[in-house]
Formats: sequence, C-alpha cells, structure tokens
Amino acid sequence: MARVVVDVMPKPEILDPQGKAVHGALDRLGFGGVADVRQGKRFELEVEGEITEERLAEIRTLAETLLSNPVIEDFAVRVEEPVADEGLGA
Amino acid sequence: MKVGVVTFPGSLDDVDAQRAVRLAGAEPVALWHGDHALKSVDAVILPGGFSYGDYLRCGAIARFAPVMREVVDAANGGMPVLGICNGFQILCESHLLPGALIRNDHRKFVCRDQRLRIDNAATAWTNGYEAGDEIVIPLKNGEGGFVADELTLDLLEGEGRVVARYLEDNPNGSMRDIAGITNERGNVVGLMPHPEHAVEDLCGPGTDGLPFFTSVLNALVAG
Repeated sequence: MARVVVDVMPKPEILDPQGKAVHGALDRLGFGGVADVRQGKRFELEVEGEITEERLAEIRTLAETLLSNPVIEDFAVRVEEPVADEGLGA
Repeated sequence: MKVGVVTFPGSLDDVDAQRAVRLAGAEPVALWHGDHALKSVDAVILPGGFSYGDYLRCGAIARFAPVMREVVDAANGGMPVLGICNGFQILCESHLLPGALIRNDHRKFVCRDQRLRIDNAATAWTNGYEAGDEIVIPLKNGEGGFVADELTLDLLEGEGRVVARYLEDNPNGSMRDIAGITNERGNVVGLMPHPEHAVEDLCGPGTDGLPFFTSVLNALVAG
C-alpha cells in the first residue's frame, strides 16, 4: 500500500471567497503578518499494490476529471510514503 | 410533448419544474438519477437544489450519475436541455457548457427577485422572448458566480451565447454579469436564476419565467 496525495487549489486568478473569509478571521483573532490565505482540498488515496508510472497516470486522470475542475482549479499529485504492508498486525 | 425532470439525491426544485412544464402545456416525466434511459422524453430539465449535498464541488458528482450519460448523449444529438441553478452547475461540470460556477464573491447566500435581460432569444428555451426583454424571476444561490477565462468569455459574447444577464446589482460576482449561457447549437441552456418559480401569479414575482417552458414546446414543434 502507498498513499498518494492529491492537492487541489483554486487557480491564482480565480477569486477564493473561502480563503478571504479565513484571512478575515485571522485578523480578527489577532494573528498578524499573514498576507493572504487560499483554501484548497487535500485527497489521500490509499492505493493497493505498487505505484507504477501507469498507476500514477491513472490517478492524474482521476484528479483531472473528478477531484478537480481544471476550469477553476490546479492539482498536484505526489506519492507520500510507502506504507509497510507486511508485518503489520503481528 | 414530454419533458423529463431529473431528480438527484438533494434536488429541491424538481417538483416546481414539473409544475412549470405542466402549466406550459406539456407532460412532465420524472427521471431518477440512477435511470439508464430517458423514457422517450423530448427535452430534459436539470432542476435546482444541492445534488449529492454539493459534496466535492456543486454538480461534480451528479455529472457521473447514470442518467447523465444519457442526457449528455441526447444533448449532443440536439435534444433541448435546460439546467437551472444546480442544473447549470451540472451542465458546466459535464462540459456541455463552458466555464464554472464558484462561491458568491460576497460569500453570502442570496435569495431575491432578480431583474434580468434576455440577450439571446433564439435558443430552444428562450424563443418565446424578444431579445432585450427584461424579466424578473427569483434567484437563490450560494455558488452562482459564473467564471471562465477571458478567451471563453469573449467567445461566448462574440457568438451571442450569453442568454441572460443580471441587471441592476450583480448578485454573485458573475463575470460580465452573466446569468445564463447556451451551447453553439442553442439546445443546451444553463441559467442561475429560477424561471420555474415565476410561472403563476399566485406565488412568486409574476409569470416572467413561463416562456422558458413554452419556448421549448415551440422549438420541438418547429424541429
């Protein structure tokens, strides 16, 4: 098993009202020195078997078609950590 | 004439849309998101609401509902399809219409009677209006901000594919005051405000929305 992380962020030119709302809250709470906040989504896929280039290509297609909307969002795919499959539960 | 109205889990305005179809003089046919066939309907309406709880993105999961495969095929074949509010979001996610709808720029849900101008009175859903007609119908959305890149916006305007624009206050930050658009063929229309809530004098701001539902009957007869 391995974890593949897909990060989805609103494109820089797209207004991010949620990020703005969070930024406004930071100011009200007295957290200074934060110039901007943008809010995105993080997906963690626990993928069975080995992560091959083909598998990653499939996941990129998934990220492009379902997890993100390319009109308004960018995404990044990365393999986070190989999870030791054997020996667990011993 | 049979007009199908799709109910997704979380649809809200399917019954009002069916009622509008009936008042326009057609037979509404209830379609379910899990259907694999369109039951011989002549046109389809994707109603407003919060399909699949608006999880992931508005319309993103509805796009992959079994019935949508049929709707996309039918739309590409020329069948009139109208998406209202959440239905508009689903049409954009399905790539039947360009652009996307994002959270209102002022971050609040807005619910009010909205003045619009009909810019394109040649689509399957707006041929009962005259271009330039001003109408008032309800608007209610939290994620109604229409966005697209400049190239797409120029293309939409250049080809006369902006169906309706917001007049007076832009209620949600939509680029170029766009309230509704159509595809190249004019059979698929997405609209953020709700014509199905303005079809009777008894409730709502009047009957300015009714021509959307009579227009499609004209289009079907003409077609």
